[in-house]
Amino acid sequence: MFVRGLKYLIGLGFAFVLLLALFTGIAGYVKNPPVPLPQDEFHKDPKPLHLASDGPFGKFDNRQVQRGLQVYSEVCKACHSLKLVAFYDLKQIGYDDAEVKAFASQWQVPDINPDTGEASTRKGLPSDHFPSPFANDVAARAANNNALPPDLSDIVKAREGGAAYVYSILTGYQNQPTALLQKFPTAKTPPNLHYNPYFASLNIAMPQMLHGGEVTYADGTPNTADQEAKDVAAFLVWTSQPDLNRRHAAGIAVAVFLAFAAILGFLAYHQLWDEAKRSVRLAGPLDPENQAKRTRATRKAGVKG
Amino acid sequence: MSFSWAKPYEPKHPMMRWLDDRLPLPRLVYGAIGGGYPVPRNLNYWWNFGVLAGLFLTIQIVTGITLAMWYYATTGGAFDSVEHIMRDVNGGWLIRYVHMNGASFFFLVTYIHIFRGLYYGSYKAPRELVWMLGLVIYLLMMATAFMGYVLPWGQMSYWGAQVITNFFSAIPVIGEPLRVWILGGYAPDQAALTRFFSLHYLLPFVIAGVVILHIWALHIPGSNNPTGVDVKDERDTLPFHPFYTAKDGWFAAAFLLFFAIVVFFAPNWLGNPDNYIPANNLSTPAEIVPEWYLLPFYAILRSFTADFILPAKLWGVIAMFSSILLLFFLPWLDKSPVRSGNYRPVFKRFFWILVVDVLVLGWVGGQPVKPLTVAVGQIAATYYFLHFLVILPLVSKFETPLPLPNSISESVLHGEEQESAPAGSGRPGVTTVAG
Repeated sequence: MFVRGLKYLIGLGFAFVLLLALFTGIAGYVKNPPVPLPQDEFHKDPKPLHLASDGPFGKFDNRQVQRGLQVYSEVCKACHSLKLVAFYDLKQIGYDDAEVKAFASQWQVPDINPDTGEASTRKGLPSDHFPSPFANDVAARAANNNALPPDLSDIVKAREGGAAYVYSILTGYQNQPTALLQKFPTAKTPPNLHYNPYFASLNIAMPQMLHGGEVTYADGTPNTADQEAKDVAAFLVWTSQPDLNRRHAAGIAVAVFLAFAAILGFLAYHQLWDEAKRSVRLAGPLDPENQAKRTRATRKAGVKG
Repeated sequence: MSFSWAKPYEPKHPMMRWLDDRLPLPRLVYGAIGGGYPVPRNLNYWWNFGVLAGLFLTIQIVTGITLAMWYYATTGGAFDSVEHIMRDVNGGWLIRYVHMNGASFFFLVTYIHIFRGLYYGSYKAPRELVWMLGLVIYLLMMATAFMGYVLPWGQMSYWGAQVITNFFSAIPVIGEPLRVWILGGYAPDQAALTRFFSLHYLLPFVIAGVVILHIWALHIPGSNNPTGVDVKDERDTLPFHPFYTAKDGWFAAAFLLFFAIVVFFAPNWLGNPDNYIPANNLSTPAEIVPEWYLLPFYAILRSFTADFILPAKLWGVIAMFSSILLLFFLPWLDKSPVRSGNYRPVFKRFFWILVVDVLVLGWVGGQPVKPLTVAVGQIAATYYFLHFLVILPLVSKFETPLPLPNSISESVLHGEEQESAPAGSGRPGVTTVAG
């Protein structure tokens, strides 16, 4: 008897503790309502961004990705590393061997002097990865008011919103709204930080880097801040997912194959089961006699439906 | 095999006869998946998900062994080795994305399989052990998935390991030493990563072993069916092969199409962006969230926010483990002799409330801690425990079930009269039911 009652006791016990927690929570909420934060009200979702790589048939627009590489090389690389990308990877975005070699040789990469064993630098080779702007994180923080510029290799995969988030951050700088300061007088953006409604805490350490005119595009594309931000976002989609072109192409082929296999398999299954099905009404509950029995019993049991 | 009409294995080729006389391996395979296993003929598509779970276990083992050939289990090298696999190893991105999303799909099909068992009463006598072995597989899956998630050593890997191992510190007296013993240190570090990798490689083979027991135990009473009525004679069944292999085959292709769409076109949809940031023990992510398949239990854990005799944290841990362990007692909590929910009008309603309840818990588990979501989680968690420990026992006592068909083929016979098509010419193994 005790063992039989035990289940009810345990069930009601858990329910009691949970409801106690619920009422404690409600009481706490009524007594000390949570203080609203500026970011609850002023944080914005990323602006929509459409890139050639979007969608199942998407492919990189190599010219745009190359322009993005130019923006990275002339602006972003001052603070941000791109550790996971090698120079030879640039062949995937339309450069040939000679161009990659020439591009790599413009970069200085850390090395050891073969004569003295001291740290030194040399010209980059295609097999090198993009060199980091700072020797280590401590040096990076020291140069940036104690903020650490994140590595950009995976940034599109590592942020909610992906490329649209990158684009929105780069173009989202603005003055702090007066409405925010009226409502939260203590929330003024601290010195060395910059107001950006697309950043989680609204105040970002990175200053606005793209105002338009930072780079001069060889293909004559206008170098507005908006265009530069879009291009570098497209480039960072590529650095995060260099597999995207291959993945999309393979995906279409695999989907077509599996759809074909499923249809063939379905037809084979139907042919095989045809006979068995003819002698079998699969759905017992759909049988009219059973249905009639059930309706009677349902009425008797006093249950609706 | 429990059914007398199951056809014993007859080797056709002399080679097979030679082998069968010495080592009855062909007989074993035939008995397990072949014509030797008679299956109720009225199974619906909810019965396809057990085979799919086996398929995903296989996919995980194959891709996992391949990934392990390139992965380094070191705190300094794990993250970069995964990126190396994705960027430089030929086809590495595919293997990695299949493994990563394969875990999610393994859980998806397993959840459908579990809820199918709940609705059709597949846990009831004589299949209690099938059900309990299934739960053992599920627990092993959760442990394996958790340890696998730690291996890329991203932010969510690290902080997930921190949070999960912290559960153990809630145990009185031995809690903290136990946590340190499990981690091999005071925080997740090299020792923890190495042992998680070792166990992550081991456990799938343990799962495969328990899967064999699960299927072995199933083949004694045979499969349940949508009516829940026992198989009476040969007219009620069809041989597994070729009938169910054909049905499972085309459905597997269709389901893999769904899987492929996610793998190729949205591979990071189910993951957390923070796991593409290398682990950093000095920077806690804004929200530490487990993978989606653990969210309902995470919500139960976080619902216990008030101390009552025991500290709130201990309540949360006890409740989280209880929420799974109580399922082991389900065959004795639900004593209704009727298996299928189709014939249990009251049970059926509570079943669907439970489905919604678990989905709500999953949603709550993924939300930031806010007063409203916590309150919703507390109500949903209350229902979860009441459903299994109070409502089900009472319903099975007081409910009037609907009349059951006398047999699977009886429910079939009345249908036959409606069907004007002539009966088939009699394929071997198919009994034509004449009216």
